[in-house]
Amino acid sequence: MKFGILVNEGPYQHQAADTAYHFTKAALERGHEVVRVFFYHDGVNNGTRLTTPPQDERNIVNRWSELAKQYDLDMVVCVAAAQRRGIVDEEEKKRQGKDADNLAEGFNISGLGQLIDAGIKADRLVEFGD
Amino acid sequence: MQDGVKKFMYVNRRAPYGTVYALEGLEVILIGAAFDQYVSVAFIDDGVFQLKTGQDTGDSDMKNFSPTYRALGDYDVTKLYVEEESLQERGLTRDDLLDLTYEDEDDDYKEKSSIHIVSRAEMAELLEQQDVILNF
Repeated sequence: MKFGILVNEGPYQHQAADTAYHFTKAALERGHEVVRVFFYHDGVNNGTRLTTPPQDERNIVNRWSELAKQYDLDMVVCVAAAQRRGIVDEEEKKRQGKDADNLAEGFNISGLGQLIDAGIKADRLVEFGD
Repeated sequence: MQDGVKKFMYVNRRAPYGTVYALEGLEVILIGAAFDQYVSVAFIDDGVFQLKTGQDTGDSDMKNFSPTYRALGDYDVTKLYVEEESLQERGLTRDDLLDLTYEDEDDDYKEKSSIHIVSRAEMAELLEQQDVILNF
């Protein structure tokens, strides 16, 4: 089965961010294909490497980065939603004249077309949100 | 239906303001329109308020994006399903909704309404028919 994953909620605020990760990991471990994980709405906050949770708590951002590395996962953060919420990669930093970037390893910033494309390519698009 | 073309339905469940879901959901519909898929949009629960006439956001510093729904027809997004029970539960009727239309190129460019009022049972059937549902 080919899955597309949509993450609509932010880390720590909403369990949807955790469930999306666990679902994606389980699907990959069972040999399914994940064509893309797309982060939208507050879900884009799953992609900031400045996240610093207490030592005894799960690190949601690092967890995604590690999964992406292990499975060569395509993780896309929506550019429009990211700009509203201050999620910036190196290119956006230059283009917008910002003094910092914060996109975590394994994430890419791209457009909403990548979400529609995932819906077309996947057998199932699974949405995690409120 | 053409090979490689899927049935996409965008489901709007929330009021236009208060959260950003409706605005960012509309952005997905507009981008998705460029992909030559079979597209429809559903409005249920508080989502029916998105189509309310006379939205005035002047005092709240929010952008009134309701005029953007009028552009959907030009993007070939011409099937807007509004759930009747959701309207009734909120004291609304069809007359409270924006007059959204499109020009039917298969019928001499006649101007037709994009809005279809459907029952909850009909909405359930429509949802059943979809390949991809995006829910905002």
